[in-house]
Amino acid sequence: MAEPFDTLTSLPMPLIRDNIDTDQIIPSREMKSTGKTGLSDGLFAGWRYKEIGGREANPAFVMNDPVYADSKIILGGANFGSGSSREHAVWALAEYGFRAVIAQSFAPIFAGNCVRNGILPAVLDAAAIATIEQSRAPVTINLQDQNIVSASGHSWDFPIDGEAKAMLLDGLDAIDLSLKMADDIARWQQSDRAARPWIYLGAST
Amino acid sequence: MTHPRTLFDKLWHSHVVADLPGGGVLIAIDRVFLHERTGAAALNSLADAGRKVADPSRVFAVTDHIVDTRPGRSDQTLMPGGQAFITETRAAARAAGITLFDVNDPDQGIVHVISPELGIVLPGTTVIAPDSHTCTQGAFGALAWGIGSSEAEHAMATGTLRLSKPKSMRVTFNGRLSPGTTPKDMILTLLARYGAAGGKGHAVEFAGEAVSALDMEGRMTLCNMATEFSAMSGFIAPDDRTFEYLNGRRYAPAGAEWQQAVENWRELASDGGAVFDQEIEIDAGTITPMVSWGTNPGQTCGIDDSVPDDAPSAPLDYIGLTPDQPIEGVPIDAAFIGSCTNSRLSDLRRASALLRGRKVAAGIKAICVPGSSRVKREAEAEGIDEIFRNAGFEWRESGCSMCFYAGGESFAAGSRVISTTNRNFESRQGPNVRTHIASPETVVASAIAGVIADPRDLLESEAV
Repeated sequence: MAEPFDTLTSLPMPLIRDNIDTDQIIPSREMKSTGKTGLSDGLFAGWRYKEIGGREANPAFVMNDPVYADSKIILGGANFGSGSSREHAVWALAEYGFRAVIAQSFAPIFAGNCVRNGILPAVLDAAAIATIEQSRAPVTINLQDQNIVSASGHSWDFPIDGEAKAMLLDGLDAIDLSLKMADDIARWQQSDRAARPWIYLGAST
Repeated sequence: MTHPRTLFDKLWHSHVVADLPGGGVLIAIDRVFLHERTGAAALNSLADAGRKVADPSRVFAVTDHIVDTRPGRSDQTLMPGGQAFITETRAAARAAGITLFDVNDPDQGIVHVISPELGIVLPGTTVIAPDSHTCTQGAFGALAWGIGSSEAEHAMATGTLRLSKPKSMRVTFNGRLSPGTTPKDMILTLLARYGAAGGKGHAVEFAGEAVSALDMEGRMTLCNMATEFSAMSGFIAPDDRTFEYLNGRRYAPAGAEWQQAVENWRELASDGGAVFDQEIEIDAGTITPMVSWGTNPGQTCGIDDSVPDDAPSAPLDYIGLTPDQPIEGVPIDAAFIGSCTNSRLSDLRRASALLRGRKVAAGIKAICVPGSSRVKREAEAEGIDEIFRNAGFEWRESGCSMCFYAGGESFAAGSRVISTTNRNFESRQGPNVRTHIASPETVVASAIAGVIADPRDLLESEAV
C-alpha cells in the first residue's frame, strides 16, 4: 500500500526535456532485482553517472547538484515516462524519495504506475513549468485542492482523474477495492460465459 | 436504428462490469500475459499479499526478454543476475498454476508473436501484459494494451482493471502502399507527421484500404508501435483474413463454438456514421521508406529526406548527425532484424528475398533473431536461415534479444545500428549505441551498402 499523498512542499528538481522515456528513468541493465526494491541506485543511471554501468557521479547532471539533494518533486517536459511499461521506473523514483512529477504531459502507462505507487503525476502547461523553474524556490502541492503554489504566491490548478485522486489521497489499495466488488464480477462473468464461452479456457464450473 | 458506435465503443462497453465512484469503470480482462522481465515481481507480490490468481487458465507466461538468443541456450544469460528472472518466474508461474512457455518450449517466443500463433488473442477480447507493445495484438480486433506490474496483479487477482475511458481516434490510410514500402513505414510516417505524443489519451483504430490490404503480420507491425504514438492501444477491425489466421490455433475456439465466435466477431467494426473524437487521414501512396534520425520514434524522416533544419540539439548531439544532413548515405556499423515489430515469417521472407545472393558490407555486424521458435523452425524449413548466414548475418534463437540492452551482449559502445526495433532511445541497444529504426527491407539494403540505403534501389536492380 502506498503512503497517502496530501500536501507536499519541496524544491523541484528541473529535468525539463520532452519524451523522457522509462529507459532513461531506469535503464534495462539497472533492473537487477526481480522484486520492487534495490532500484534507486539505477535511477537515471545513464545521465547520473560518468560511465554506463559505473557509479562515479556525473557533476553535470542535475540530480548530482547538492541543491536538489532533498527534492521530492521532478519538473519535467512533455510526454514524461514514455516507452517501456516497466513499473521499475516508478519504484526507483519512489525508493529514491520522489513523491511527485510535474510535467506538461505523461505517457499513460507511466501515469497509472505513478498513482499506484503514491507518486502524483501533475500536469501543468509549459509556461507554468518555466515559471517554477526560474523561481528556483520550493512549491507546495495540495492534492485535495488540485493546486500548486509557489513561494511568490503564484497558484496553478492541475487536473487529475477522480479515481487517481482518491487512490493517492488515501493510499488506497486498488485490489482491495475491486475485490469488494467480487459479486459484480461473478455476475458479469456468468452472463459473459453464456455469450462468449470460448473466452473461458478452464473447466467450466 | 441504434446509435452508430465505434469499434472501440463496442470493445469497451462489452467489458464494463460496473461503474466506479469517480467516473471510471471496472473492465473485465479476458487474457493476461507475463514475461520473465516483470512476471516474477507481479506473481510474487500477489502471493506475498496472500492473494490468488482468480482464473489461472487465462493467464500465460513466457521467457522472452532476458533469455539468451545464442545457440545452445539454457537458464544462463549474459545479463548479470539475469538467470534469477528466469528461474523465479518459472517457480512463481508453477506455484500460481498458470501456463508457462519456458526457455526451450517449442512454442517459446516473444509474447506478442506467440500469443497470436497460439490463438490466445482473439477478436473482441481484452488482452493485457506488463509490456507496452501488447498493443501489437490489437491487429486481431482485440483491445490489447500494456500495463505496469501492479495492474497485472490487479487483473490476475480480480479478473478486471479499473480504468477511465480514453478518447477515440481513427487513423485512415487511403490508397495503396508503393513497392518497397511496408507497414513499418506506415506507422513511422504517422509518428513523423503527428509526433511521439500524437495519440496521447486516445484509443486508435487503424482503417482504410491500405490497412485492409495488409496480412495479419503486417497489421501486427502497424499496431505494435501505437504505444510509440502514446496511444492506449491501436487496433484493426477483424475480417475474414483474421478469422482464417486464427482458425485451428491451439487456444482458439473449435467446432460449433468457432462458428458462434465468428458470428460474434463479425459485429466488431465501427458502424457507418460512427463519430470519433479525432480523425487523421494519410494517403498511403505518399509513404516512402522511413528512417529515424533522433532519439524518439517521432524523430523520423523519409529516406529521401534530411534531418530537419530546426531539429533540437540534444538528440542530434547523441545521434551524431547535423541539421539538413541527408539520412541516406550515413555510414552504419551494425544491422539488426528482430523484435516484436518485425520478426515474423513474412518479415524474414521479405528480408531474405532482398538478401539472396548478396553480402553484408565488410565490417558490418549483422544479426537476425526470429520472433518465436515456430518462426525460426518455419524459416529454416524454407532455407531462409541459409540465405541470412550466407549473406553474413548471425542467425539466433528466438527472443527479444538486442531490441534492448539488459547488460549482456550488445552492439559495440557508440556504434550506429540500423534496426527493425521500435525504439531509438539513448543506449537502448547498448551503451551510447545510436539506433535508426526502419523496415526489414531498409535494414537489409543498408547492411549490404554499409550505409543507410533505400531498399527501392535493390528492387529496381532486380526488376532490370
